[in-house]
Amino acid sequence: MSKILMKGNEVIAEAAVKAGCKYFFGYPITPQSELVAYMARRLPEVGGLFLQAESEVAAVNMVYGAAATGKRVMTSSSSPGFSLKQEGISFLVGSELPAFLVNVMRGGPGLGNIMPAQSDYFQITKGGGHGDYFCPVYAPASLQEIVDLTQVAFDTADKYRTPVIMAADGMLGQMMEPVEFFETEAPELPEKTWAATGERGDGGPKVVNSLHLDAGSLYQHNKHLNEKMETMRENEQRFESQFTEDADFVVVAYGTVSRIAMSAVKEARAKGVKVGMIRPITLWPFPQKPFEETRERAKAYIAVEMSAGQMIEDVRLAVNGHAPVEFYGKNGGIVPTSDEILEKILAVAGGDHK
Amino acid sequence: MSMKPVFERTKGLTEAATHYCPGCTHGMIHRLVGEVLDEMNILEDTIGVASVGCSVLAYEYFNVDMVQAAHGRAPAVATGIKRVEPTKFVFTYQGDGDLASIGIAEAIHAAARGENITVIFANNCIYGMTGGQMAPTSLIGQKTATTPFGRDAKVQGSPIRISEMLATLEGATYIERVSAHDVMHLQKAKKAIRKAFEVQKTGGGFSLIEVLSTCPTGWGIDANEALEWIKSDMIPVYPLGVFKDSTKEMK
Repeated sequence: MSKILMKGNEVIAEAAVKAGCKYFFGYPITPQSELVAYMARRLPEVGGLFLQAESEVAAVNMVYGAAATGKRVMTSSSSPGFSLKQEGISFLVGSELPAFLVNVMRGGPGLGNIMPAQSDYFQITKGGGHGDYFCPVYAPASLQEIVDLTQVAFDTADKYRTPVIMAADGMLGQMMEPVEFFETEAPELPEKTWAATGERGDGGPKVVNSLHLDAGSLYQHNKHLNEKMETMRENEQRFESQFTEDADFVVVAYGTVSRIAMSAVKEARAKGVKVGMIRPITLWPFPQKPFEETRERAKAYIAVEMSAGQMIEDVRLAVNGHAPVEFYGKNGGIVPTSDEILEKILAVAGGDHK
Repeated sequence: MSMKPVFERTKGLTEAATHYCPGCTHGMIHRLVGEVLDEMNILEDTIGVASVGCSVLAYEYFNVDMVQAAHGRAPAVATGIKRVEPTKFVFTYQGDGDLASIGIAEAIHAAARGENITVIFANNCIYGMTGGQMAPTSLIGQKTATTPFGRDAKVQGSPIRISEMLATLEGATYIERVSAHDVMHLQKAKKAIRKAFEVQKTGGGFSLIEVLSTCPTGWGIDANEALEWIKSDMIPVYPLGVFKDSTKEMK
């Protein structure tokens, strides 16, 4: 298959179709609306269904219903709309339903604006809704990576019976890049014997539920969920490290801004600064290994984000006091430039590099 | 001598003992739904959606696959199920707090889309599970935990008549209000529920059966008085009858 030029939001949609998702329930919101429109046109072609819900709240609950029957299903939104989906996400976790949820992040809080941002990091990586839980969060940095991670995300959702989140930002959603869709081999996934389909076979009725009135029963259920999350924490970390072997300084960035930060890292290298970069691909579980490998040597880390500083908290936990953690970020829809990031790297590195 | 049973447990319900208060009619409404599903022989083709409120544990009582929904979201959940499993029977079982207050948007839009689902709507003019607070359906003057001096239209607004309101939507196919206060009305209620599932069977679209139901605990009266209160106070505000039936036009 050759490369085709596509817009980010449409790449997410097509990648989901290629991953076997035939059902989409959503609500329009900028800057992810092309995703909704693409699905409205595309899903009937594969015998699937697109339905525009009356609200984000309804959309995520339609996803809950479809997921309860064992079907691959998704919804997408952007920050204010994603906030509205949080109740439903908590229910998906509690009832152990797989689903693919996309957040094409924009500036906040409140209505904020429609420009790219990474200000929902806390919301998507720290639970977000009520109750004790985490969802796997994938943060692609290019449109090709969206293709690869969408398949991984659906498979992870089915494997662990959990909702998974793809965190893009308005820039990734709106930009165009050439992408290639590969035929991937379907991994072996557990049979969905729990699904409420009406066909019960030899067993009794199936119940999809997150209510456990008895404290002991809820404690056991949460214990089971937490064990599952521990397994994901262990096995599902993804990251990319570059120039970290000899790094005195390490930039940490994900998504759109990681590409800009990489330019700054290369420019700093050209000036003789031994700087490397860690790019978390999963924001939860947050990758620990690249920090364990670098923190004995590194003199400082610099978290670069399109937010007021959210991922930096996970960087500090991963660095665990071995080195100071600095921050550079812009939010409100402003994307940091490579010059600004370079300046920060040089300032942290100290000495005369100019 | 062989004995012919004159009354037995319906296969439409599980053997679980319900948690409903004495004098509450939820159990009877459950039974009517269970009997209809059994008589139509669709127990193994049905997926029910439980809501939040007194009927939150309905998933333990109906002998069909069940999905428990968030508060008010049952029609959205049912939409998701029905759209991906269009050959299955899908119903929601909701109270008036769930449907008429927090979930009114989901109810209206499911009806407007003509979702081919059946909504069983138990209206008892109060929030039972949380301890007898005002519902959008509470009557003017009705004393509840949150209207201790009685519901005042100037302060808390007026009761919402869900059946009448949804009947204005072209997407709604069959809407009837029935009552659970005596045997004759229970028989009518069963017929209405049967009709709703028949509508769904033919792909007819959205059906809703509103069943006036008691809450002696929340109303602060005994079981007999509660049945009487439906007749004396509720029915004048919530008249019984068919509010929408476009099944004839469809033929």
